[in-house]
Formats: sequence, structure tokens, C-alpha cells
Amino acid sequence: MSAAALALRDSRTMLRRVLLHARRYPSLSLSVLIMPVTMLLLFTFAFGGALGAGLTGGSGPGSAAGSGADYIDYIAPGIMLMAATAGSLSVAVGVCVDMTGGIVNRFRTMSISRTAFLTGHVVGAVLQTMAGVVLVTVVAVLIGFRPDASPLEWLAALGLLTLVALALAWLSAGFGLVARTVESASNMPMPLQFLPFLGSAVVTPETMPAGLRWFAEHQPFTPVIETLRGLLTGDGIGTDGPVALAWCTGLVLVGHLWARRAFHRSAAGR
Amino acid sequence: MSATSRSGGARSPGLIPPPTRADGRRAAPALDVTGLRKEFDGRTVLDGIDLHVPEGTVFSLLGPNGAGKTTTVAILSTLLAPDGGRARVAGYDLVRQSESVRSVIGVTGQFAAVDPLLTAEENLRLMADLAHLDRATGRRRTAELLDAFDLTKAARRTVGTLSGGMRRKLDLAMTLVGEPRLLFLDEPTTGLDPRSRRTVWETVRRLVDEQRVTVFLTTQYLEEADHLADRIAVLDRGRIVAEGTADDLKRRVPGGHIRLHFPDRAALRAAAALLDSGTADPEALTLRVPGDGGIPALRAVLDVLGEAAVPADRLSVHTPDLDDVFLALTGPGTHSEEHAR
Repeated sequence: MSAAALALRDSRTMLRRVLLHARRYPSLSLSVLIMPVTMLLLFTFAFGGALGAGLTGGSGPGSAAGSGADYIDYIAPGIMLMAATAGSLSVAVGVCVDMTGGIVNRFRTMSISRTAFLTGHVVGAVLQTMAGVVLVTVVAVLIGFRPDASPLEWLAALGLLTLVALALAWLSAGFGLVARTVESASNMPMPLQFLPFLGSAVVTPETMPAGLRWFAEHQPFTPVIETLRGLLTGDGIGTDGPVALAWCTGLVLVGHLWARRAFHRSAAGR
Repeated sequence: MSATSRSGGARSPGLIPPPTRADGRRAAPALDVTGLRKEFDGRTVLDGIDLHVPEGTVFSLLGPNGAGKTTTVAILSTLLAPDGGRARVAGYDLVRQSESVRSVIGVTGQFAAVDPLLTAEENLRLMADLAHLDRATGRRRTAELLDAFDLTKAARRTVGTLSGGMRRKLDLAMTLVGEPRLLFLDEPTTGLDPRSRRTVWETVRRLVDEQRVTVFLTTQYLEEADHLADRIAVLDRGRIVAEGTADDLKRRVPGGHIRLHFPDRAALRAAAALLDSGTADPEALTLRVPGDGGIPALRAVLDVLGEAAVPADRLSVHTPDLDDVFLALTGPGTHSEEHAR
């Protein structure tokens, strides 16, 4: 078998292991499914009226009116992005638990692909995350989200969300590797999961104070959310598309390289 | 023994081609280490150690806590990079051919390297998949090992619920899934109850006798080294201070003796006058008489005391064991000066 085929086989084995963990201890995986739906319901029904009213006059989706029914068209893509960030916690925790046990040293003394261990965790988290994204999208449509996207636009939106999930999973794998305890590993991805709130996920940045507004407009999640809106409900993605794509690929690359390096160093520096 | 008689061949792979496994991987399980060095933050942990382990034998690295045993295993199993020296594992260069080294070794460390979230059976199947066995072979190996380690009843239990001894057995079973030619066992029985310890010992012996696996074992139990190892090296503060068979090492320390206990000092003085080769200990009221503990020697001593009517309470026979070797060879400073690892 070639090196690539072996790497693929080992990664698949590691992925099976991670999914087996998820099936046996479903609490983390269930939260990945349930949290986004809860957020969606909360923002649509509890806060939707007030937040939707505040959008009037904002430049967001253009046609945003003050009613809850329209606010869901604004919030749904934001919640879909939040769902894509939900899996990062389980990667960080999963990697850290493995690192603090003895099993990783066993893997290191075996003739297997060096990156299979991390790849298994990352791909496992992306699969679970995307299940959460699909679920929250279905629920959104059921309660009134009316996207006008073509199949191709749907595909592009899901592709972009997958890229977001992948970037966060690699970064979180890095967190899991550098964290000394499982507790700190579970805290590290928190800021990433909060970032959409400080962007255009829930309200338009125009309503924010100047400093925060500048941050909201320039942080990576805002172009991603705007691209999603453009694909699903709007009529174009403008420059947000390429910017979002650049941010995501950049973060995937950085996260991947960082996690691999941290994994390598964790062996040498024991 | 037959295993050691082939050692010359195993050490010079140029003369005798190493056996080839069914999957084409080379298998020449001999360890050849010269001048191995390792430092942590400027502190020398391994100070140039040499090791030569012939194929199909058990080699034991014996030493107190902090002597560098675990570091040695970590380096030889490719977990840590050495800072100096040369090492060939199964004929492969440790540093330049580490991938090949990993294909022929198996490691069971001090702490159970099992997946606590999976069942015993799933752990073994995971190892089978990572050893790239096909499904049928993986299933068969799993069943065989569960049976061999008496784990069949626990096969479907989550490892987190198993006892420490069962986890250690599973750990060893997992290491054996890939049929390693060279097995590193880092303190494999530390913390095990006597029965589990026997199981591990029997397994090791069987692997060596039936499959000619080479075993590199670290331990702080002298009994274990005495029981299992063909050759023993004593590691102290990063250096090999003695090497040989258990008997070689025992010969290096003062021999056995008979210890006589007396009711009072007068009796002790009288006995000491009669047996002038003895060493008296007035505090403990004992007399140490050199001797091998055989019946003629015992009878001679008792006859001398009997004829002179010197009352002796009891006697004990002390044959030299590895404890004597250990204490004689590893300095008293070793035990207080514990290294972090």
C-alpha cells in the first residue's frame, strides 16, 4: 500500500474510534445538535420581536422589517454559522483527554500515519457539526425561514460552513494539544464560539458603538455570515464571498499546521 | 540455552540474513546500542549506555526509581530522540529508520495505554486495524488474545470499568496484536497482584520460548529480573554499573552466610571464639558465619556449638540474591537523589 493509502486507512480507523466515542458518550455530540436549535428558537421567538424591530433601517438584508417572521430570514444564516462552530468544543476535549491518557504514546510507537490521530478527531467533529448545521437549517425552514437559494447556492453555503467547521476543528485540536487539563481545553474554544455575536450574526454592526463596530466588520465571521445571507436569501455575495473563502482557507491552513506542530512537539518535549 | 547460542548470528546480520515475515517486513530483533545519551534541560539522564540484546532472549534493565529506565525505553521505542550515541533496533537505525523500527516493536509502558471509553474487544480491534490486519485476521487475533489473557468474559465491558490488573493485561494484549518481534515492557507488573504478575510472566516466557520474541524489560523488582531475564543490566544514575546473568551478578557480591541468634552476650562471645570466621553483632546478638547454607556446613557449625554447649536460639540461612547485588551496586545516593522521570 502506498503511503497515502495507508494514511487514509489509518485516518479512517481513527475516525471510527472518534465516532464510536460519540455514540457511546453522546452528551457532547447531543449538545452540538441541540444548542443551535435552542439558540434558533430563542432568538426567533424570545428576542426576535425586539431585535427585528431594531434592524429596521439597517443595511443588513435590505428588506429587513420589524416582524419576527422576517427576522428569522436575518438570524437563520447567523445561527447556521453558530452551529458550524459548535463542534470545536468536542475536538478540544477529545484530543486533550487522549493526550492526558497513555493511548497517544501507544499510537506513536506504532507504524501508523503520524497525522491520522488528529485527522480522525477533526473529521469526526466536522461530521457531527454538519449534522447539527443540517438539523438547525431544517428547523429554521419549519418555523418560517424562507430562503430562495438554488441547489448550487445551497451547495456553496454548506461548503462554506464545512470549511468553517474544519478551520475551527483544527484550531481546537491545537487547543486540545497545548491545554494542560481537560477543563482548560474545554474553555479555550469558547471565544471562537462567541465571535459570531460580535459580528453580524444577530444584529447588524451598524447598531454597535464605533470600536466594536470596526471589529465586527473586520472579524472573519462577518463576511462568512454575509456570504451565507447572499447565497440563501439575498441576490449576490459581492466581495464578501472571496473574503470569507480567504479567511476560512487561511484558518484551516494555520490551524492544521499549528496542530501538527503542537502534536509533534508534545512528543519531543515530554 | 539455545536462545543465546544464536546470538552471534543475530548480532551480525551481514552473515545470516534476518528471517522475513509473511508481509515482507524484515525481522532481526536484536538491540545494539552504543553510547546512548540523553539530557533534559542540561541534566544528564542517560550518560552513554551500551546494550546488546541477542534475538529471542529476555533482557532486563534493573534500577531504582529515576535511574533512567523509562527514558531508555522511550528512546528505543522512538518516542524520544537521543542526544547522542548510536542504536540499531532489529537491524534498523533508530533515528534514520524510525518508521521501520516502529513496524517491528511493541511497547507496554508503565501506565496502561488503553482507550478507557471503548470495550476490551474494541480496543483490540482498534489495534488490529492500526496494524493493518484484514478483518478476518483481526477478529481471530482479538479472540485469541482475549482468550489467552483470560479476558473473554470482560470483552464487552468498557475498559473504564475493568480492574487495574485486567487493564494491564489488556494493555499487553493490545501490544501483541501486531505480533511484534521486539517487545519493550516498562515495569509491566508494577502495581499488579501476585496472580496477575504470574500471568504476565508466563506470557512473556511463552512469547520468548514459542515465538522467539525478544523482550526488553525494565523493572525494579529483582525477583522479576531473576525469574525472567537471560541477562540483566543494572542501571544507576544514567550509567550501566553491571551486566551479566543473574548468577554472574550474584557472584559479584559477598556470598551467603548462616546467621546465628543467641540469648545473651556471653553465649555470643563464646560462639564467636569458637567460630573465628564469623562476624559478631553484639547489638542484635547475632553471629554471621560465611557459608553456602548447605547441610554439611550447617552441621559443622551446629556440631561446634553443641560440643562446647553454647546455647543458640535459632539460625537463618541467607543465600545471596539480587537484592544484595542491587544494594551493593547502586549507591545510597541514588535513592535520595530521585530524578523527575
